[in-house]
Order: sequence, then structure tokens, then C-alpha cells
Amino acid sequence: MSVLEIVILLPILAALAIWLGAPARATSVGAALINLAIVLGLLFQFKSASAGGAGYAFESARVVLENPAITFGVGADGVSLILALLTVLVTLSAVWQIATDKPAIYHIASLLIAGGALGAFLSTDVFFIYAFHELALIPTFLMIGLYGHGEDSHRKAVAWKTTIYLGAGSLILLAGLAWLVLEYSGGQKLTFDLNALRAQAASTPLPVEKQGLIFFVLLLGFGTLVSLFPLHSWAAPAYATAPTPVAMLHSGVLKKFGLYGIIRIAMPLLPQGLQVEWVQHALLYMLLGNILVMGFVTISQRSLDKVLGNSSVMHMGYIFLGIASGTEIALQGAVILMFAHGISIALLFALMGRMRAQLGTLELSKLGGLASHAPIFTILFAFGTFASIGLPGLANFSGEVMIFLGAFGSDGSSTLGPLQWTVILALWGVVMSAVYMLRAYRSVFQGSANAGLFMNDPVVSQRIPLMLLAAALLIVGCCPWLLLGLLKSLSVVPVAAM
Amino acid sequence: MPAQEAAPTLPTLLLLLPLFTALTILLGHKLLKGASVILSVASAAICFIISMMLLHSENSEIAPVLLPFISVGKINIVIDALLDQQSRGMMLIVTSIGLLVHIFSLGYMKEDAGKVRFFGALSLFMFSMTGIVLAGNLVMMFIFWELVGLSSYLLIGHWFQKASAAEASKKAFLTNRIGDFGFMIGILMLFAANHGDVSFLGLKSSFAAGPLHDVAATQTAFMTAAALCLFMGAVGKSAQFPLHVWLPDAMEGPTPVSALIHAATMVAAGVFMLVRCSFVFEASHDAAYTLCCIGAITAFMAALMATQQSDIKRVLAYSTLSQLGYMVMAVGLLALQVGGHLHEAGPGHPAMFHLYTHAFFKAMLFLGSGAIIYSCHHEQDMWKMGGLMKHMPVTFVTFAIGTASLIGVPYITSGFWSKEAILGAAFEVEEGRPFFWIGVVTAMLTAFYMTRMFVITFFGKPRTDSAHHASEAPIIMVLPLLVLAVLTLISPWHWATNMFQAMEPKHAEGHPTVLIASFLALVIGVSVGFFLYKGKDKEPLNIKLFANKFYFDEIYAVLVKVFQDTVAWIIAGLERLVVDGIMARLPAYLAARVGSAARNLQGGHLQGYTFLLGLGVLLVIYVVVFALPALGH
Repeated sequence: MSVLEIVILLPILAALAIWLGAPARATSVGAALINLAIVLGLLFQFKSASAGGAGYAFESARVVLENPAITFGVGADGVSLILALLTVLVTLSAVWQIATDKPAIYHIASLLIAGGALGAFLSTDVFFIYAFHELALIPTFLMIGLYGHGEDSHRKAVAWKTTIYLGAGSLILLAGLAWLVLEYSGGQKLTFDLNALRAQAASTPLPVEKQGLIFFVLLLGFGTLVSLFPLHSWAAPAYATAPTPVAMLHSGVLKKFGLYGIIRIAMPLLPQGLQVEWVQHALLYMLLGNILVMGFVTISQRSLDKVLGNSSVMHMGYIFLGIASGTEIALQGAVILMFAHGISIALLFALMGRMRAQLGTLELSKLGGLASHAPIFTILFAFGTFASIGLPGLANFSGEVMIFLGAFGSDGSSTLGPLQWTVILALWGVVMSAVYMLRAYRSVFQGSANAGLFMNDPVVSQRIPLMLLAAALLIVGCCPWLLLGLLKSLSVVPVAAM
Repeated sequence: MPAQEAAPTLPTLLLLLPLFTALTILLGHKLLKGASVILSVASAAICFIISMMLLHSENSEIAPVLLPFISVGKINIVIDALLDQQSRGMMLIVTSIGLLVHIFSLGYMKEDAGKVRFFGALSLFMFSMTGIVLAGNLVMMFIFWELVGLSSYLLIGHWFQKASAAEASKKAFLTNRIGDFGFMIGILMLFAANHGDVSFLGLKSSFAAGPLHDVAATQTAFMTAAALCLFMGAVGKSAQFPLHVWLPDAMEGPTPVSALIHAATMVAAGVFMLVRCSFVFEASHDAAYTLCCIGAITAFMAALMATQQSDIKRVLAYSTLSQLGYMVMAVGLLALQVGGHLHEAGPGHPAMFHLYTHAFFKAMLFLGSGAIIYSCHHEQDMWKMGGLMKHMPVTFVTFAIGTASLIGVPYITSGFWSKEAILGAAFEVEEGRPFFWIGVVTAMLTAFYMTRMFVITFFGKPRTDSAHHASEAPIIMVLPLLVLAVLTLISPWHWATNMFQAMEPKHAEGHPTVLIASFLALVIGVSVGFFLYKGKDKEPLNIKLFANKFYFDEIYAVLVKVFQDTVAWIIAGLERLVVDGIMARLPAYLAARVGSAARNLQGGHLQGYTFLLGLGVLLVIYVVVFALPALGH
């Protein structure tokens, strides 16, 4: 059994064990710790195992079906390993922070989401990439519907909305993937193996217009899963309603699946898809919708859960900007930002869950002065806040600045094209995120404490998972080159020069 | 990362020591307790010593890399150190005043509950400011530019329980963010046009004879836009009109912070950056002219506002705005001069020279006001002081030296020489005449409001009990004042300007018109101020427009309300109505239909979901295994 298969199966087996009666907390935290250790080990070995960091490593394959050719193949390049690291880090802190009075299903669901996400990130077969993601969605929907916050009818409505949106997105995605696979089969045996498909794309490329069309279908499918504007309206209510570990895992990890799919499947298999002008322009408009429209929407929110949920939708726009520009540095920046956003939003949702449990309200106007009672909690929240507004030294900035530099270009031109104008407008979003996050921070933590609202600092053992996330933000923020060294494979992605 | 040559030890230490201090205090303050404070002061002292040691380092031909940051393909962004006259001198200013402010704070913040947090943030500031000064490329400068913004935010909001302090810190950060928005665009434009190289040395040679030289010659609009975007960064950080509104509110922070960050060093970073990038402004006449205008407007307008403030720190804050305006104007004037090929830029620069003299006397004035506030039990209203000359003689003397420098008493004060250099430049440059006269009138206003402040605070009789019982501040606070007084006195001497590498411009032949005009301005300002306020117990002039700062805050509040909050409200409503309405109604309708069908089938919501998803998975398998192969063949 290959090591990547172990990484994928471990959380699923742990979930099974808990269902069969193993102690929930010990099992889930233990499994998450082991997984973290394995992934860290893989990161250190990656360069020697993958020809200097450019190719796949740790590959193995089991044939499931001969025709169509479906193999349970696993393998990792830098992108998948970074996302695996994100998954295990967020999983560990998500299961660690589950309160002791919660039923075991919290742990089971979290582990299943983690297992599904790891499977999606580490598989090399399009069929399994898709199937693992679906697997991870099921516990997400169930947990929102069963254990979500708010009125019974409200959370059911939210669960339905999320299911419908993501289900519809998945179906569009399925259609797009099927189209893609069919086009490349050329009447021969169907294959879902990414490597084989990539070889096909290189030897017999599709006509450019068709590439653009399929790319757009995939963009809509993957985009719905990532809350690309205007397919985003499931996201903010889902995160506001979902139980804390599910909100952490979905917004932090699972939502990255759509972006991963574009980088891993759509871009290499349809290398000229984004060069079709209308596709690129459509993407630019949509991502500006994420940044500017959702920026304004977030500014008008009056409770913390809505601010964080909408801000998470907004930040997807920057990652799409990296993808839309297609330059090497911007794509690598997009991966860094995927990691950074995942960690920072998971940290913020974990802290928000604690506030909801202790204070009973997240209305900004009712909160205030928490910094006086809970200084350590405040520092941790400040890490998340400043990371998400792109303060240098924290991970998100590293990704954002690479995206801006890459998207603006460095080819000696002194004219401003559509990409450059998009970057300029997107930069205004950085001002807007400072506005809503600092407003929220001001009303929650500063000023005088409201009588009757009291919150204490987490005890030491509860601080550890949160400090882990904060430390990850700081390390990647100060030393982004630690991760960039793993991303050589992205330089072979054809540049979509416009 | 590719192996670089070994990073030079001293600059690395200079940069990282305060960072480690700040991190140690953040993580270990429970264990360290009072030792954190000592640690912070010790780190500031070591940084000062390192800056002294660096004074005789060679000018770098290349900026040596201290730390890697981002390296992708041919783009390599690093943390490096560009050591030249400008950075060495600035470093010494930052670390010397930094150390003195650390020491002063030992007394000023002694009783404060958040003392450890204060010193931690102070160390974070020292780290960030060092980064700006050492920066050898624009991205690195931007990184630390934002980080000084963070430390300023933390320190303005030190007393975060106070609503006014919390609001002021937020306002400072957000206003700076608007400036940084432009700054980043400017960096990106140069990055694009110069093939991904934004190091200062690379840009400079490119402007001399390279891609940017051609861009400047052929694409005037692009170059002017890039220059103005860069300038926007300085408008935010150095609080120039129209983004000046945050600096007076920043006085909510503890007074030592006002002295170090909001008077001597951080706010001057904007000017520092403009001088670093002077080749950009030399390449665009329109941008250089804009600098002159913005600088002159800020200098004049802030001086008017200073005349009607009653809070001692606010007078000083507006005076800082006004002096920063002079410096920005000087950058513009020199760029016009060099751009017009009047002569090559020498090693001197009037903006940096004024920055240097201003840093010492303004830090001293702020610390002096801190000593006064401390002794009057945190009273900041000048009208509740009075007669402090007798009670606080040392503070009085140092304050007098500072005031004399700020108003530019001829020949003996540092402020005279540096202001004269700017006025002289304005007089010499062809288009500079209006700026010269604005500068002279502002000098007169400066003499007026400083005399006013001096008379109200130190002369006459104490107007309140707290002023009556005021006594000299403790020695730990008086000592830094005295050191700063000495530094202020010696700073115009040549050996001092040599040591501080102050970029003193060659003394132009003092044009008689310049001398006479500034002398008259001084005499008129001081005498009007003295006779108007002598023996007064309340404000004899009441100019609402100036006292209310030209209503900028009120106007901006309306603008924010209309252009941000209302627009946000409308967009949020539309988003709910249109996107959510259309995009979600249809599926929701379908969902309800399917849902009720599922309920009928399974009798319950939960089962409904699982059923649907199970159905989905089955569908997927069916499609993949049966439908697709059938299509494919």
C-alpha cells in the first residue's frame, strides 16, 4: 500500500472506528496527528522523490476498470502536497477544538470531509478526483442540516440551498469532464487517467475555440464549488450556519477543490482555453464580481458570521485572478493564497465558533471590548484578521503580491490592458477588506466591554490548535520560498499570454 | 533557494534583532514580566550602536541580500540592504531617537497596565522602520511600509478601551491603506515597464539609460501616472493633503509614540521614499509639479489649522503636517530643478536635510509636551496650563530650544538652515516662485502658532490646580529631553551633519530676498503671537474654520457614508434580490418539488438528503461506466 493511500484512508478508517465505538476525540486527534506527521515527512522527501520538484512523486496505481480505463491512481506534485498539508493542518485543529459535549458524529463528519479532500487532492484519475469530492460533500450537507446553528427551518433551508447549488455545480462539472474525456478519447478507449489525458492534450490538441468552450463549462462547474460570482450565494449562509468544524473544513479546505480542479485538470488539459478572449474576459468580470461586489456586500454586514462568510467569498476573486493571468508567478501565488486563505479562514471560524458558544451572539453592535477579558483570544483573532486583509509577514500577502505582480506582468510594456485594469480594481478590494475587517475587529475587541458579555481565554490545551494555524500563517508569510520550492511543476503549465 | 553570498552580519542583525525582541515579548511576556521592558530598551540600544558602526561602511554597488523572499523564474524579490548616505543617516536618526524614546517611555509608561504590550509594539516598530530604511527594492519597502502601519495602528490604539483611541487607530490604518493602494499600483507599473526589476539601483540605471528612459521619453502619461501613484503612498504615510486627516487623531496614542512615530520617523518615511525614488519624479515634470503643489497646500493649510488648536499635542501634530509639507515640496522642487537640467543632483537634498533637523527638534517638542502632560496629570489642554516656566525649568529650556529651531531663529538654529535650503531652492527654480511665497507665509504662521503655544503654556499664571502643582518630570524623562536638546543645538554644525550623513545641501549663496523675507516672517509671526496671547486666559481669536480643521473630517464622514456605506447597502440589496433571487429561486423551487417527492418516498429530511446524494453518486457511476463509453464508440 502506498503512503498516499494511507494518508487518504487513515481519516476514513478512523471515522469508521469511531462509528464502531472507538473513543471519538482520541481517535480523531490521533489520526489527524499521524497524518500531519506523514505529510510533513512527504514534504521533506518531495524534492528528491520528484526529480527536483518538477514532477509527480509517490505514485502508485490500481486498475479498477479496464474499459473505460479507471485506475485508483495516487501521486503528488507540489500543488497537491501543499493542499494536503493544508488539509491535515485544518483537520487537526478542527477536530481538536470540538467541544467535549458534542456527539461523536462531529468527529466522524470532520474525518470524512478530510478523507474526501485528501483523496481529491492526491488522486491522479479524474474519476476519483471527482468521486472523492462528492464523498466529502455528503457529510457537509448532513452536518449543516442536522447540527447547524439557528432555527430548525432556517438551517434546513440553508442545507437545501447548499445541496442544490453544489449538486448543480457538480453536475455541470460532470458534464464538462465527460465532454473533455470524450473529446480526448477520439473514438478509442476512454481513459480518466490524468497523465494519459495530458499526453493526449499534448499530442492531439483540441481546436482553440472548443478548448475555450469546454474550459468555460468546467469553470462554471468548478466555479460554483468555489463560490465564483454570481454562483456564490450558497456560501455565506452555509458558513454562518454550519457547525464550527464543518465551516472550518469546508471553507478552509474543501472549497479549494474547485480551484485545484482548474489548475490540475482544466488548465493542463485545455492549455489554450484561457487564451480564448471571451473566456478570459468572462472570468475577469466574474472575479471582479467576487472582489468588488462581494467587498461591498461584506461592508454592509452587521454580524460577524456574515462578515467572515462573505469575506471568504470575496477572497476567492484574488485566487481566480492568479488563474486568469496564467503566468508562472501568479499561478504559484494562487496556490500560496489557497493555502493561506484556508488557514486564515479556518482560524477565524474556529474563534468565531468559540465566541458563539460563549457569548450567544455575533451581532457586531452587541459586542465590544473583548480584548480586555480575553487577550490571547484577541491576539489569535488579530492574526486571522490581519492575515485576511493581506498584511505583509502573514501568508495571504505573499500569495496576493505574487498574483498582483504576475497578473500585471513584467514584459516591459507600458500600456494597461484588461488584466492590468483588473489588477488595479482588485487592489481596491484590499482597501475594502481592511474596512470591513477592522470595523468588525473594532466593534468586537476594542472599546469598553459590554456589561453582561464575558468571555475567557481558551485554556492552554485549547490554544494549541489555534496557535498552530497562526504559526503557519506567520511562517509562510515570512518564508514563502519554503513552499515555492515545491511548485516547479506549475512552470510547465503553458502560459496564457494575451 | 539559490545559495546567495553570505548575508552581511550587521545589517541582518540590525533588522532582525527588534523582530526577535517583539516576538519574544509576544510569546514570553508571562515568564519575562518586567524583563520584557528591559529587553526592548536593550534591543533599541544595540540597534543604535550597530547604526553607528555602519556609518563608515562602504556605499554598496549592489544591495546585498539579507533574506530570500519570493523567487520564481527570473523574478527575484528579496529582503536586502541598500547602504548609502541616505539610509545610513536615516538609520542613525531612527535608532538614536528610538533609543531616547524607549528610555523616556520607561518613565512615561511606568504605571501603565499595558506597559509590556507597549514596549513589544515599540520593538515591532523599530523592526519595521529599519526595513523601510534599509530596503533596496520597492516591494521590500512596501512590505515594511505596511508593517510600520501595523505598529502605528497598535500604538495609536494602545488605550483601546477608549472609543476615540480605537477609532483613531482604525482611521490611521485605513487612510494609509488608501495611500498604499496607489503605492502598489505605482510599484506594479514600474515592475512591468522595467521587466520585473524594482530594485532602486536597477531602476536608477534604467532611468539613466535603459527601458525606463525610453518610457519616460515616449510615454509621458504612463510615467506621470506611475509617479503619481508612488506619490500616493507618501501622501498616506506622510499625511499630506488630502489624506492628512489621520495624523492629528493619531495623537490619541501615548505621547512617546507621537514623538517617535508620528513626528520624527514614520511619517517622514514618505519623504524618505520620495527621495529614494527621486529619479521617477525627475522623469515627469507634471508629477514633480504636483508634489510641489500638494506639499505647499499641506504646509500652508496645516499651519492655519495649528493656529486655533488648544490641545498641546494637536498643535504639534499640525505643525508636523506643515513641516512634512515643506519636505514634500522640496522633493518636487529639486526634481523640477534636476529634471530641467539646471544642475546634477549632488549628495545633498534639502528634503532629507530638513527631515534630519526636524526629527530632533520635533521629537524633543513632543517629549517635552509629554513631560508637561505627565506633570499636569494627563491634562492636554493648553488653556488649563500656564506659568509652567517656573515649575518645569528644564522642560521650559528644552522646549524653548525646540521652538526656536522650528520657527527658524536665524543662524543659530538647525531649523533655520534647513528651511532656508528649501526656500532657497524654491526661489531658484524657474516655476518655484509661488511656492517660495507660500513657504514664507507658512513660516510666518509657524512663528505665530508656536509663540502662541509657548506663551499660553509657559508664561502667565497657572490656570488650574494641576498646572499649579506641576513639577519637573522624573530624571528618566528629563534626560532624553536634554540629550535631544543637545542634538538639536549641534545638528546644524558641520561635524554633526557629517556624522549623521544628513545630506546637507551646499549652502547656496544666501539670496538677500530669501533671507529678508524669512527674517520678516519670523519677526511678524513672533511679535503678533506674543502680544496677542500675552496674559490671556482664553482664546482671543475665534476662527471656526481653522479650529474645525476646514471641516475635512465632517466632509469625509459624509463621503464615506454616501460612497461606501450607502453604495454597499444598495449593492448588498441588489445582490440579495437579483443574484440570490434569480439564481436561487429556481433551484429552490425545484428543490422543494424534489424535496417533497423525496419526503414522500423516505419520510424525512435527513433521509431526503442522503437519498438524493446516493442518487447522485449512482448517476455518476452510471454515466461514467455505461453512458460515456456508449457515446465514445
